[in-house]
Amino acid sequence: MNLRRLVLFLPLVVVVGLGAFLYQRLDDDPYARDSALLSRPFPAFSLSTLGDPQASLDASLLKGQVSLVNVWGEWCPTCKHEMPQLLDLANRGVHMVGVDYKDKRAKGRQFLEEFGDPFSVNLFDPDGTLGFDLGVYGAPETFLVDAEGVIRYHHTGYIRPEDVRDVILPTLERIAKPATGAAGEEASS
Amino acid sequence: MKSVLKSVAIPLVQALVVLLFLSWLAAGKAQAAIEVHQFDNPVLQKRYDSLTAALRCPKCQNQAIGDSDSPIAGDMRQNVANLLNDGRSDSEIQNFMVARFGEYVLYNPRLDGRTWLLWGGPAALIALGLLIVALIVRARRRARVRALDDDEQARLSALLDRHRDAGNAPQDAKERS
Repeated sequence: MNLRRLVLFLPLVVVVGLGAFLYQRLDDDPYARDSALLSRPFPAFSLSTLGDPQASLDASLLKGQVSLVNVWGEWCPTCKHEMPQLLDLANRGVHMVGVDYKDKRAKGRQFLEEFGDPFSVNLFDPDGTLGFDLGVYGAPETFLVDAEGVIRYHHTGYIRPEDVRDVILPTLERIAKPATGAAGEEASS
Repeated sequence: MKSVLKSVAIPLVQALVVLLFLSWLAAGKAQAAIEVHQFDNPVLQKRYDSLTAALRCPKCQNQAIGDSDSPIAGDMRQNVANLLNDGRSDSEIQNFMVARFGEYVLYNPRLDGRTWLLWGGPAALIALGLLIVALIVRARRRARVRALDDDEQARLSALLDRHRDAGNAPQDAKERS
């Protein structure tokens, strides 16, 4: 008889549990989700640079050293606010690659003159083809690519100064170490 | 009195007509924002329509790429159209999108390690409900049919006796007064 009474509380337990679960997910950012490209090679591309329409660069650009790839555009207001953080990273010696996404060449150049140029090279992606292959659905978006050319971290949206300190720099340090062969630890970001 | 009615009614009708016209304009504009891919082949057209209705726009809250005027949804529609013209299958096109934007873009998530609860949950809940109903029905039926054993019969008689005594008590009191 006592057990039967306890069974009556089962729905309450289920409802409270479900409520706690849903409440905890209430604060989640609906835009934050893991990139589909984590642990995958940087997509193939063949693009000119912002400075040189005759240039033709491909994904071998990202081999041999850890790189930060930032997708930006002159039309993107958040990209302006993000520039000081990117300049800070460049001053720390990070290899910075820009992707000028869905932009006009003149406007992109003007943007860099005005807000600073932390990039060692800027890929010019006027049609957004590389952006599409990267799964970019806005700008700014930032990728950390290891020396093998594999994407190890993806940041969607604005990089705050504390993101540089708490996430970007530690991740850069982690992936700069020679690969230990354990693929499992990549999931921790 | 009639002229007062007229002076109110005419501007009202005019305003309504203007409003209707404006809403028609707005509707036309909203449709114009999403470009239409036309295929000569009606089968391709049908596949395009169903693919763009079942792929979710990564930038917008809960819109299919066929319903959204965000730039990324436009790019995705263009890619769907190109891939269809290349003769790719529906699942190849879905794989193409998932490889770039993640499982998130599928409105019908695939059955895998993370989604078995999503797909199996409702069926499991229905099964659980049926099981509980069956148990209750069986318990009730058994309770109705089963005869009392000697012990229970004795308890029942005792209860009935006590009830009869209690029922008589007030009557006694009434007779006494």
